[in-house]
Amino acid sequence: MDPVNKITSRTVVLPLDDVDTDQIIPARFLRTTVREGIGENLFADWRYQKDGSQRVDFILNQPSAQGAEILVAGRNFGCGSSREHAPWALLDQGFRAVISTEIADIFSNNSLKNGLLPVIVDSKTHQWLLDNPNIELTLDVENKQLTLPDGKTVSFPIENFSRYCLLNGVDQLGFLMEFTEVISEFEAQTR
Amino acid sequence: MSGKSLFDKVWDMHIVASETEDVPAILYIDLHLVHEVTSPQAFDALRTRGLTVRRPDLTLATMDHSTPTVPINSLQELKVISEPEAFEQIIQMEKNCEDFGLKLRGFDSDERGIVHVIGPELGATQPGKTIVCGDSHTSTHGALGALAFGIGTTEVCHVLATQCLLQRKPKTFAVNLVGQLQPGVTAKDIILAIIGEIGVDGGTGHAIEYRGEAASRLSIEERMTICNMAIEGGARTGMFAPDDTTFEYIAGRPLAPSGTAWDTSLSNWRLLPSCDDAKFDKEATLNISELKPMITFGTNPGMVIPVDGVIPTPSATDTGFAKALDYMQLEAGQPLAGTPVDIVFIGSCTNSRLSDLRAAASLFKGRKVADGVRALVVPGSAKVKRDAEAENLPAIFQAAGAEWREPGCSMCLAMNGDFVPAGKLAVSTSNRNFEGRQGKGARTVLASPLTAAASAINGVVSDPRPFI
Repeated sequence: MDPVNKITSRTVVLPLDDVDTDQIIPARFLRTTVREGIGENLFADWRYQKDGSQRVDFILNQPSAQGAEILVAGRNFGCGSSREHAPWALLDQGFRAVISTEIADIFSNNSLKNGLLPVIVDSKTHQWLLDNPNIELTLDVENKQLTLPDGKTVSFPIENFSRYCLLNGVDQLGFLMEFTEVISEFEAQTR
Repeated sequence: MSGKSLFDKVWDMHIVASETEDVPAILYIDLHLVHEVTSPQAFDALRTRGLTVRRPDLTLATMDHSTPTVPINSLQELKVISEPEAFEQIIQMEKNCEDFGLKLRGFDSDERGIVHVIGPELGATQPGKTIVCGDSHTSTHGALGALAFGIGTTEVCHVLATQCLLQRKPKTFAVNLVGQLQPGVTAKDIILAIIGEIGVDGGTGHAIEYRGEAASRLSIEERMTICNMAIEGGARTGMFAPDDTTFEYIAGRPLAPSGTAWDTSLSNWRLLPSCDDAKFDKEATLNISELKPMITFGTNPGMVIPVDGVIPTPSATDTGFAKALDYMQLEAGQPLAGTPVDIVFIGSCTNSRLSDLRAAASLFKGRKVADGVRALVVPGSAKVKRDAEAENLPAIFQAAGAEWREPGCSMCLAMNGDFVPAGKLAVSTSNRNFEGRQGKGARTVLASPLTAAASAINGVVSDPRPFI
């Protein structure tokens, strides 16, 4: 995983609550055995018409969304299934962070392991972000803060170990593998 | 200091390295369930790093999501029936299991089935175990007092390589069940009512323990239905305290302990229930005596009403609610019962066990599926299928005009060729009514097997209680 520290980008706003992982990437696209190319099916049923052409009324298809790396979403983003294809698809489409008041547990966990930053903000900040699309924000992992266009900062929580892994590009499996002996001792004692 | 909860006890027993402010706990995993959809990229990561599976003996592999539910007698047949990508995924799973020395419950196995059905059925799911799977419905196994939760593919790789996970301890949530179910009301209605009450994010960050006198009276299969959908309330997991009902269920199953090992296990399992003075971070209570059969009307499992209720009116600002009703082609203020049904699906890790099929069969017996309705009954495993056949249930389904299929996830998430066509309305015993979940444009009403069967017979969304 590449290190993630500061993300500065325009936002794109998807104001719906409870966007589930079946919307982020429908199950029929989970038949792939690789990670590459998943992004083209991100929000597939909202993004494309029956004939495969783009739906112009969907926010991600609008010119303002192009190049935006920060998705501001409604409450409880990423609920539903454990499919890691959801953060893979967002990353593959160029997103690097998701902001909401609440992000589902498994999605959040999967995102952090892939360098997609889940950002939880208070409802007042959230509402402001929903009401003001296409603004430039800076997300600072090291200082756990978001900087609004007027320079005002808002802090956001991020679990210490995840923050350390993001900042240093630490691979968690490598970290776990260092405990191989401790794991063997645990197995010997308890089993 | 208050006593430990069931969750605390199981958690504490599996700590390889303790949680600190800077590092999560390293949690040992006793059982890893692996299926074809969320594992290929994890096996690839093992290959890239030159790693092996640390404990093939603690890894239970099967195929369920992409597999057809028509009989498969040869690879050639599979290739003809499956879409190319699903076929590739199945072949890849066989290769991964072979390369890494895992026993696969594949097409030739009489132990194959939906991963959350076969774990308990084989006796692999036991009280006090930590169980994970790359599937959010892993919470099902909590019905037997296991700590079981869904993980992503990166973590699937972590468990394959180390048998451990880095985890922060979630908070605890006691859901107290009191009262007595009325005839025609089932475990599915309990969990739908709970989700309706707490919301689809009510359990976020929490491990639920379902408790109370009503909880202890439920059968293991009923408990599985309730634990299965803990994730639909946002919870990390759901659990029931193990008791004599649990022990009776496990005894004698192929992978259950036997002889003196059984006695040892039993004495350990009896220590697991929460202490009387255990404290929970959050509590809720549901009186199940007042419960009616529940049905969903929207596009998440929290959008639920009693079968004789009316669809609520959204507030003007709730755009999500309006969008959901628009997608479902339903109107606020109107009843949902009486709406014409196109498809009825009885199956999935929520409701595909023998007791579910018996419940559906009790309504189908001597009756017919309404004209124009397609009803599909998909057993959860090869064993459920055999057991149902031994009781002649398939004959009842077929005489009623319903299809009787091979085991698998099937129309729950429509990966295997079984799907609800766009715009069609399905009454389904599965767990998710998300947009497009059962097929692009599919409209899903979640319900119990009884409600699903009643709706198939009447051809419209129906209350099962007049049939009871």
